[in-house]
Amino acid sequence: MNLSDFLHSPYFAGLIGGLLIGLAAAMFVLLNGRIAGISGILSGLIQADGGDKLWRILFVLGMAASPFIYQLASDLPAATIDAGTVQLIIAGLMVGLGTSYASGCTSGHGVCGISRGSVRSIAATLSFMLAGFITVYLTRHLLGL
Amino acid sequence: MLNVNAFLVGLIFGLGLIVSGMTNPAKVIGFLDLAGDWDPSLAFVMGGAISIGAGAFTIAKKRQRSLLGEPMRLSNVTEIDKSLLAGSLVFGIGWGLSGFCPGPAVVSAAAGQTKAMIFVVSMLAGMVLYKVIQQQNNR
Repeated sequence: MNLSDFLHSPYFAGLIGGLLIGLAAAMFVLLNGRIAGISGILSGLIQADGGDKLWRILFVLGMAASPFIYQLASDLPAATIDAGTVQLIIAGLMVGLGTSYASGCTSGHGVCGISRGSVRSIAATLSFMLAGFITVYLTRHLLGL
Repeated sequence: MLNVNAFLVGLIFGLGLIVSGMTNPAKVIGFLDLAGDWDPSLAFVMGGAISIGAGAFTIAKKRQRSLLGEPMRLSNVTEIDKSLLAGSLVFGIGWGLSGFCPGPAVVSAAAGQTKAMIFVVSMLAGMVLYKVIQQQNNR
């Protein structure tokens, strides 16, 4: 692959997107002193006791605005969701419960935790990646879902 | 300022997820599909993010307060316990079943995708369920 091919490949898109995610995480920890972990920010929002909610709401609003800002420059990339409704409901419950027990997801453990050199986050990331690999293997290659 | 930055961080984070391809569940599953037609491009997402994150967190760890004077709220939990590992495994299964993790699901739901909305509602229900279970256990 030469440079021009790379610049037009999904690898380059992944790298640029990753740099943006890293920039966001850096801005959040250096300015707000906080971890940009999406599951933690969401679960703090649905907590019954008050306080500490405004920045979480604004963070989520920022995320929610991103597809509309992106559309100012270009059409949104295609997205394909193969899972059916029941599968999505089960998956959503598992992601909500699992990230709560693990105190983090792909962003909190995978990006911020590993950036911080946390062995705990590395263990979490290896665990959810392993489970993801096995799940896709089972559903795609053994069960044919 | 803190709240403005929270909005900006959410926005940049969301743009990063869209640009990288993370908001396409079929692509995420292609990355998790080692035995199939494996698409390794999402490894570049994590690599790119950590390359910047590592520098920022190296600075953050040395500071008591953020540049805006906030306390540095970095986790000091180091224990690798059952809750961390079992929780991560359950999360990973849900991730593999759907192709969604929390951030991309929120962005896709906001963009108006019905299936992502279903996933997000269900994910929030899972988070509520966790809090209910914790309250029961603390009684």
